[in-house]
Amino acid sequence: MQKNRLTWMIGGPQGSGINASAEVFAKACSRAGLRVYANIEYHSNIMGKHSFYRVRVDDEDIRSYRDTADILVALDDETLTGDGHHRRWPTHFGHLHEINEGGGVIYDSEIEFQPKESGRADLRFYPVPFMEIIKKALEEVGKGEQARRYEVMKNTVGLGASLALCDYPFDLVAEVIRSQFKGKRSEVGELNVRAARLAFEHVKQHGSAKDFPYTLKPGSEPKARILAKGYEIAAIAKLKAGCSFQTYYPISPATDESVFLERHQRDYNLLVVQCEDEISSINMAVGAAHMGVRVATATSGPGFALMVEGIGFASITEAPGPVLVLYQRGGPSTGMPTRQEQGDLQFALHPAQGDFPHIVTAPGDLRESYQDIFSAFNWAERYQMPIIVLSDKKLASVYTTIDKLELKYDRIDRGERFTGSEWTALDAKGPNDSANGHNGNGKGADVKEYLRYALTKDGISPRSRPGIPGGRFWVTSDEHDPDGHITEGVEMRMAMMHKRMGKLALVQKAIPQDQQYALHGPADAELTVVAWGSTKGTILDAIRVLEAQGKKINFLQCRLMKPFPAEAVGTILRKAKHIVSMEENYSGQLASLVTEHTGILIKDRINKYDGRPFSEDEVVRALANAYAGGKIEPVVTHVR
Amino acid sequence: MSVNAPVKLTIKDYKSELHNDWCAGCGDFGILTSIQMALAQLQLDPDKVAVFSGIGCSGKTPHYINAYGFHTLHGRVLTVATGARLANTKQTVLALGGDGDGYGIGAGYFVGAGRRNVDFAYLVHNNNVYGLTKGQASPTLAKGKKTKSMPEQSIQDGINPVAMAIASGYTFIARAYALEPKYTAGIIARAIEHRGAALVDVLQTCPTYNDLYTKEWYEGADLPEKRSRLYKLEDQGFDGKVKDPTDKQEIIAKKSAAVARSYEDEPIPIGVYYEIDLPTYEDEVFRRIPDLKETPLVEQNAFERDVNPLLEAMR
Repeated sequence: MQKNRLTWMIGGPQGSGINASAEVFAKACSRAGLRVYANIEYHSNIMGKHSFYRVRVDDEDIRSYRDTADILVALDDETLTGDGHHRRWPTHFGHLHEINEGGGVIYDSEIEFQPKESGRADLRFYPVPFMEIIKKALEEVGKGEQARRYEVMKNTVGLGASLALCDYPFDLVAEVIRSQFKGKRSEVGELNVRAARLAFEHVKQHGSAKDFPYTLKPGSEPKARILAKGYEIAAIAKLKAGCSFQTYYPISPATDESVFLERHQRDYNLLVVQCEDEISSINMAVGAAHMGVRVATATSGPGFALMVEGIGFASITEAPGPVLVLYQRGGPSTGMPTRQEQGDLQFALHPAQGDFPHIVTAPGDLRESYQDIFSAFNWAERYQMPIIVLSDKKLASVYTTIDKLELKYDRIDRGERFTGSEWTALDAKGPNDSANGHNGNGKGADVKEYLRYALTKDGISPRSRPGIPGGRFWVTSDEHDPDGHITEGVEMRMAMMHKRMGKLALVQKAIPQDQQYALHGPADAELTVVAWGSTKGTILDAIRVLEAQGKKINFLQCRLMKPFPAEAVGTILRKAKHIVSMEENYSGQLASLVTEHTGILIKDRINKYDGRPFSEDEVVRALANAYAGGKIEPVVTHVR
Repeated sequence: MSVNAPVKLTIKDYKSELHNDWCAGCGDFGILTSIQMALAQLQLDPDKVAVFSGIGCSGKTPHYINAYGFHTLHGRVLTVATGARLANTKQTVLALGGDGDGYGIGAGYFVGAGRRNVDFAYLVHNNNVYGLTKGQASPTLAKGKKTKSMPEQSIQDGINPVAMAIASGYTFIARAYALEPKYTAGIIARAIEHRGAALVDVLQTCPTYNDLYTKEWYEGADLPEKRSRLYKLEDQGFDGKVKDPTDKQEIIAKKSAAVARSYEDEPIPIGVYYEIDLPTYEDEVFRRIPDLKETPLVEQNAFERDVNPLLEAMR
């Protein structure tokens, strides 16, 4: 008997509502004080193609998914055996082979499936008459003839059946279902509760359900946790940071964040604009940033490819933003729109022509996303440059428990501003002269005149905004003088390049160390893993497993990618006995970045690029292999 | 005269001190002067005006105007201007750029801006060539035409900006001529005053690269009767203004009439082709987020937001 530790999986055609079902299941577990890590895999398709949702539940903190599941709910036969019978190149082979020994399979009894022929005599099969149950639930309220219209309730049936199997109190589920259907939809909610209850009872009557080896029991004192998706946390961070203007163009997997914000724009006086393309998104954001508003945008690789000229524009004009959350997905080109990849690190570092300053950060989990996105708005205004926050499909769509969401660095810092009465702001920073004695207005260094690009000692010029008397300025994408007028002069060009590029050193100094990198685990490890972004939780979970086996492994998590903490990373890695990088891309983009900045060559690169994130088990196996000195090979998801 | 009487702003107040590097005789001078005249005519406070431009000779215009100036990217001027305008709806926004900028590389944004109907005036310096790159064919040069620096005749046809603006949803559409600054200034002033997206396509000479459509050509110096190749729509009693914006039939009639006139090329009509009073994008925003009507985004206090209700909903 295994209590409060299982993976539940539901699969079915896209559009069949498996998300709702998985999310109710996750919520029911979370409210009972259990920890949840849930992730979805789906096709770039609206209706019909196979998608599945895994919900891993545990008493302990879990930050990744496992290769296998304990309970499978199949709404169609493809979920059981795959799509090989109707496609020349199968995309998958079903999930039966992924079910742990002794696990349970709940399937629609209308599916032509013979458990005896499945080759899995160890599993417990529970055929459930999904439509019959829906019909029965409708009959209870006198709507029996409308059953087909309510086919989507199949997934509620699957949910009710599963919870009976793991002996979970039905009332807790009913409460969650009701909370998902509020207001006008409460009647539908009640129908779903009825359907779930009938399914629950149906499975309870099934003899072998009594001693099912996996159980879920609510904690005696349920913790007040939240259960959040990555894009929701990103959106909330933007709201908290005072972002007032978000632009976007619809693109998977970035759209959800913008739609979430738009849904709440009235409550927070934030304006969300859907643009004609990503070139428009970024440039609208830059225009709004120069007006003095905190601005953001969100996109994925193909959209980012269009945005790049706007990044250079924001940087040369020293715009106080935008903050851009880049949700990476499988590339190149259109690639795999709904699948995972960490393929855009080098692209985000070098998005446009010329040398220019911008900040690139890659938070590793939802808490770090919350902090980094919040901080990004401060950095954008203080250092007057665009910020890219690297996220990805996995971090966007993961649905997981968080104990408490808080900011370690919660101060709003709007940077140096000219407000019309602060002439001294320039004086305090020293005269506006560069080495060549030119202050840009031709009137001498002591003339008190506002200059948007004043050559100050630290390179930061207090920013004005249109409408402020005396704060007049010009902005140009050309090289310019302190007035913001075009120049091609040698000395001014040098002064401006040094002014802009010099700001990166200030950023490096100012960003707290824990937002730059972290070394997890013992200092004297036999193996050092170098990784970044959303693989953080998976690597930590895997190291916990390996630690229990007596292996000494530590993990250098790189978070700030530009400016890169070269010195600290170099110091840590020079002490390492054996370094392996782990990345969800083909080439090992962070490994190359480390070499570029430290001269340390990382030869052992464990890469995965099949469009799926690393599982805990994959990382355990890959690291155990590296630990033993085995040959390093790409990691591929087991599909059969 | 009271000491507190507001000082009347003159054209000088809208001139910056920067040295101008356009070619002698460039049509851009006429457009620049027209803008400054229009601003003076409307007595707009230079601090409350922001001028946005694209890239090319015309892109330098904001640097010569004493107002907030944004010299943006090639083809993207309307996107930057839109973002700025939505961030601060108290700022008057004037956008401008070349014909290549607006109708070629920026065509998608030209259409997008028309659909949104954000309140700004957009002036297109239409001289049929890419001047700053030394005279290639622009999107308004007709098929078969060849200016002096083109190796071959234009292989593709020109587009019709007025018809494109009608189709895209601009609510004020006019055409002017750069070498008639007084007339052009009047049109620009109307475009600025208009609530919504206003296009002024300004026919312009490029003395250096466009040897086809020169000052003399517009004046009709080569014609036996020596008459101008331009005429003013109002002189023929044309009225493009929609009287009743709820009258679908009137809208269709006025749009059709404007499009028909826009295909006339001998002589070319200048003046206001179409005008309608419709809710702007800003109006729609205010309907959705009422607080923004009195207090633009830039003046909102966005730093004391309570996000707890959102987090509570995730329990």
